[in-house]
Amino acid sequence: MKPAPFRYADPGTLDEALAVLSGEGEGAKVLAGGQSLLPLLSMRLAAPTTLVDINRLPGLDTVEATGDGVRVGALVRHAFLLHDDAAARVQPLLARATANVAHAAIRNRGTTVGSIAHADPSGEMTAVLAVTDGSVSVATPSGTSDVSWRDLFVGPLETSLHGPAVVTSAFFPAPPSRSGTAFAEVARRKGDYAVCGAAVVVTVDENRRVTAVRAAYLSVGLVPEVHDLTDAVVGKPVDSADWAAAGALARTLVDPDGDLHASADYRRLLVGALTERTLIAAAAEAAGRSL
Amino acid sequence: MSVDTERTVVVTVNGVPREATVPVRRLLSDALRHDLGLTGTHVGCEHGVCGACTVLVDGAPVRSCLMLAVQADGHAVTTVEGLARDDGRGGWVLHPVQEAFRECHALQCGFCTPGFLTTIAAGLHARDSSAEITDEEVDELVGGNLCRCTGYANIKKAVKHAAAAMAEDAR
Repeated sequence: MKPAPFRYADPGTLDEALAVLSGEGEGAKVLAGGQSLLPLLSMRLAAPTTLVDINRLPGLDTVEATGDGVRVGALVRHAFLLHDDAAARVQPLLARATANVAHAAIRNRGTTVGSIAHADPSGEMTAVLAVTDGSVSVATPSGTSDVSWRDLFVGPLETSLHGPAVVTSAFFPAPPSRSGTAFAEVARRKGDYAVCGAAVVVTVDENRRVTAVRAAYLSVGLVPEVHDLTDAVVGKPVDSADWAAAGALARTLVDPDGDLHASADYRRLLVGALTERTLIAAAAEAAGRSL
Repeated sequence: MSVDTERTVVVTVNGVPREATVPVRRLLSDALRHDLGLTGTHVGCEHGVCGACTVLVDGAPVRSCLMLAVQADGHAVTTVEGLARDDGRGGWVLHPVQEAFRECHALQCGFCTPGFLTTIAAGLHARDSSAEITDEEVDELVGGNLCRCTGYANIKKAVKHAAAAMAEDAR
């Protein structure tokens, strides 16, 4: 099908974009990469009155990697982030997760920040923002503010942002020192939406004993959730911790729904398997970094 | 700031600047087919899954059904019609990927073929042709396009065939 009629503006500055969003009212929607929004329009699941295309806004296409973390501008395409070595060094989950975002043609156009603003609980980057305890920077006519992932996601495809607002960047903090990360997902076809996925961070102390285990899941729950799995393995040597026990704990903490692609029970099974699998990889990395 | 329902855009399509006045809701895929008469770009699922409508925007594969025509204003688009080269003697030379598809019988009904050809052509041009292409690279390259006829075996064979031909040409 074709999108329902709408009005279109492609402002050249952020102030102009906010002015148009204010003027056009509640029915206006920001368009960035469009790889999630345009399908919704074509399927008539969404019918905004106005699209405000931010692709011409200056200064939003950069990735800044510092010791604290990685800030990704609103116009950075998945494909660009995937190949940003500095970003991958500071926060390895970015490249690991981005490699699983759809297919190359989608990654060439889709934006990382757009997929977060889209707030799809089956999105890779929403889970990564959550497990890294990240935030987004939001511009409104009254000023700019940072919004933590905890306050951002309200429901499937729903954020706490109302009225004229443009998410201008996302910030992914670096993992704590002596940490390892991993990402894995199961999809019916590589690049399709994940039936289930996991993003994990394992942290150890100077004696290589586990001090913290965090996990976030894709396609499990209505909004991204972070689960603390530390209790299953706390104090254990990173080389011999019982990661299957952490997987078993994760299975008891999640509450997935069933759908056409997978039953709730199967998703819970995947949570356990993917948790164990990713924690083994993350633990090996944490062990390597604590030598 | 103008807020429009219709716009005139200029897009360089297959090397030729083309102008069209389109409703802002027109998808790039439809603008190529209906406004510019380039029906080589096929429209399958129209929500980004099948890959049949893939074109190159500024050289990179993009789903033309997931882009508005107004967003292509000022950009360069290559469709499947732009892959073959003028031989300078009134004829055409197929792109190595097209040649390989013919050679390997990599198409049956042909509906998905334009998306495969543009995607594979861009992918092979972007890689270092001196290194032999791996099965993993081939899978990654064609993994975003659906074909309901061939079972993919001959498409993958064609990718390897084309990669070898392009490496030979580059030598």
